[in-house]
Amino acid sequence: MARKLPGVDAVIVGLGWTGAILAERLTAAGLKVVAIERGPWRDTATDFPPSYAPDELRYAIRQDLFLRPAQETVTFRNKTSETALPIRSFGSFLPGNGVGGAGTHWNGQTWRFLEKDFVVKSHVTERYGKSAIPEGMTIQDWGVTYADLEKSYDSFEWTAGVSGRAGNIAGTRQQGGNPFEGPRSRDFPLPPLELSHASSLFAKAARELGHSPFPCPAANASRAYTNPLGVTLGPCTYCGFCERFGCGNYSKGSPQTTILPVLMRRPNFEARTNAEVLKVLTDRSGTRATGVTYVDAQGEELEQPAELVLLCAYQFCNVRLMLLSGIGTPYDPAAGTGVVGRNYCYQTGAGAQLFFENTRMNPFIGSGALQQVIDDFNGDNFDHTGLGFIGGGSISCGQTNGRPILYRPTEPGSPRWGSAWKQATVAGYQNAASVGSQGSSYAYRDSYLDLDPTYTDRFGRPLLRMTFDWHDNEHKAAAYATQRCMEIGRAMGAKQVLARNLSEHYSIVPYQSTHTVGGAAMGADPKTSAVKRYLQSWDVPNVFAVGAHAFPQNHGYNPTGTVGALAYWAAEAITSQYLKSPGALVPT
Amino acid sequence: MPHGTLRRRQLLASTSAVLLAGCSVRARTISDTRPWSAGAGEPPIAITPGPWVFFSPEEGATVDALVERLIPHDALSVSGREAGCSVFIDRQLAGAYGSSERLYMRPPFMAGTPMQGMQSALTPAAQYRQGLAALHAYCRVAYVGRLPHEMTAEQRDALLKGLESRQVKLDGADGHGFFELLLTNTMEGFFADPLYGGNQGFAGWKMIGFPGARYDYRDEIAHRNQVIDVATVGITGRPDWTRKGT
Ligand SMILES: Cc1cc2nc3c(=O)[nH]c(=O)nc-3n(C[C@H](O)[C@H](O)[C@H](O)COP(=O)(O)OP(=O)(O)OC[C@H]3O[C@@H](n4cnc5c(N)ncnc54)[C@H](O)[C@@H]3O)c2cc1C
Repeated sequence: MARKLPGVDAVIVGLGWTGAILAERLTAAGLKVVAIERGPWRDTATDFPPSYAPDELRYAIRQDLFLRPAQETVTFRNKTSETALPIRSFGSFLPGNGVGGAGTHWNGQTWRFLEKDFVVKSHVTERYGKSAIPEGMTIQDWGVTYADLEKSYDSFEWTAGVSGRAGNIAGTRQQGGNPFEGPRSRDFPLPPLELSHASSLFAKAARELGHSPFPCPAANASRAYTNPLGVTLGPCTYCGFCERFGCGNYSKGSPQTTILPVLMRRPNFEARTNAEVLKVLTDRSGTRATGVTYVDAQGEELEQPAELVLLCAYQFCNVRLMLLSGIGTPYDPAAGTGVVGRNYCYQTGAGAQLFFENTRMNPFIGSGALQQVIDDFNGDNFDHTGLGFIGGGSISCGQTNGRPILYRPTEPGSPRWGSAWKQATVAGYQNAASVGSQGSSYAYRDSYLDLDPTYTDRFGRPLLRMTFDWHDNEHKAAAYATQRCMEIGRAMGAKQVLARNLSEHYSIVPYQSTHTVGGAAMGADPKTSAVKRYLQSWDVPNVFAVGAHAFPQNHGYNPTGTVGALAYWAAEAITSQYLKSPGALVPT
Repeated sequence: MPHGTLRRRQLLASTSAVLLAGCSVRARTISDTRPWSAGAGEPPIAITPGPWVFFSPEEGATVDALVERLIPHDALSVSGREAGCSVFIDRQLAGAYGSSERLYMRPPFMAGTPMQGMQSALTPAAQYRQGLAALHAYCRVAYVGRLPHEMTAEQRDALLKGLESRQVKLDGADGHGFFELLLTNTMEGFFADPLYGGNQGFAGWKMIGFPGARYDYRDEIAHRNQVIDVATVGITGRPDWTRKGT
């Protein structure tokens, strides 16, 4: 039996990006909040100071800061007829663990989705007709609009210290920004980052081809910056150790550098680390959560009663906790009914690998979100008539790093060892660049999450099972993006331009992105969504689940700008509506 | 990872071990403060030079002889052996990496599709142990008793090519898999920070022009398409700093 602790107003599962945002907002509203975090306490000075942060082996290869599969993993198969096997070593995506979550070691590319992304199903149907949506595709509208979320996006960007250039302020086009973006209420808090050689060639070539390049919104501070909570970030030094690393310079927007210094000092907040939540407890009716149980590092099981339970444990951990706790109806792919596990999606990747001659790319000078981007082929920013697919992607060229264990591009046909390998490696290091597309990954009836029948974690609980593959629409969209990337690569003057196609089947082996989304969508209809537009569970109204699981499908950008916005959006709904009259929220 | 000392992270790595040992990692309740105490960080621990820790003398001699061909000594750099790649691999295999401590290693182990990734119950340490034993057995027959360190450079290149192309098959071990693991670990050693044993004298970094653990290029970012001439530095500094006066 779990030892029962004194109750609190709210318990938060996970202290990453969303957990930190909600804890800050709810403690500001006067609630007594406890956050329970599976991993250790982590901070800049102790865990990744500049003196030893730049350690590629430790952090990027041995994955020191990430979730270790020994603790929790996912089983995977491409289709229902296969037996899912555990991801024994993380590859395709790298979940976070510990205070800060994946917000500690992300790149900081901080996007807003397009206005039409939020109403993708209605928009596509209206513009191209019902038949444009292929058989088996289950895309849907979000239940919130861009306009609903604008203020929340703004809160996240100003908290995280995002560098960029607005393309649209209150409906007025801004020179040098993204002409396709939805209207912003104001500019970014910081000007854009500097350019690398490759990204300056990209910007020039893209402009010549009639596209509209602009800087990627970056949670890498281009200048020193003090955010609305009074926390100061230092300027990015372009050190080239961003993604997979904690930032020793306090320059990357993360919970540690933007929220925790204030949150940790609030007397009505408490963090419990090395403590893993097992399940959300509900009363006999199953419609009211009474708290959570968790196991601490000593192996003791504890019960934390709470009036409000917030799942902020990252996309797939949230879905798993909902399934393990019986919150919401599990998805049944055969019948097409149920919602928890439904519409699991990812992100397509395609592009062009480029090789130049006698160039000095100096790839080691870079930062996580140093990129030039075009949005001309994203979402429905271009006419899809006759193309045979829907969706699209952002296309970019940047420079995140030249860390040599992983970054050693060589021309095709080069040997992999011996003296000839060395020559190819030396030439490739300074002469290579790439243009890449991150594309939409739309939802399908046969791509979903459920509990694995065979494999368990260290507590004997079933692992989450992922059934996922690319579909024809995504292959076609990615092939189209590859062509656009290659055109730009040629215009950049590359000697060799090689296609990087979407893999035939989705594989969990090579790193692609930690952009796992969906599985407990938000929406307006309880038949097709697990949480309401306020991220509130339809079935258990004192549970809110915040994260990328709420995306009904994925669009052509990184997720965290929208994840952060959803956290502020849910916090606003809780503090301004729910607390006044706890219960099921109705749309206003 | 360093051998010898059992670090907190290694304990944490397999949390089941922690639960059994019931010890040192404490769940913490943190309130009203940001916990910080002097020396709370976990700097990397440099490897100790000296004899093999994981390899037997014979195994070590073979790995030396092979990494010397994977990365040969030429005008571009010293060899993988001279750069310390075999010492790097030895120390890695003796630590958390060698025992797959952080990975999901629960049964059942079943063969899957390539898209499902590694499904073997063998740890890297076991793969080396089996692979080297099988390789030695192969060499005893195919090279009339001569082990790699007794072979010419050409013979070793032929052996490596045979493993790479699956033409050489080993009895009782996956020869191709062993080659791939050896190549991966050799490259890790050649390009990782020298404190882990490889990349001595910044051999790998200097070869390609990677300046190392510099952490600040604000002065250089605007120098696009130009040669950046900055001294190479590792986490523990540079040899000419630490050797001063000795
Ligand atoms: C290498 C890398 C690069 C990335 N780059 C980008 C980028 O450039 N742009 C972008 O938009 N996104 C990027 N991301 C994704 C981004 O980091 C995530 O979208 C974001 O952190 C999600 O926030 P979250 O709060 O949902 O999850 P997290 O920030 O991961 O926090 C979840 C926390 O919950 C904890 N937890 C989980 N289960 C339990 C449990 N049962 N009990 C207690 N605690 C639990 C976890 O340990 C974790 O600390 C990147 C991710 C990675 C790994």
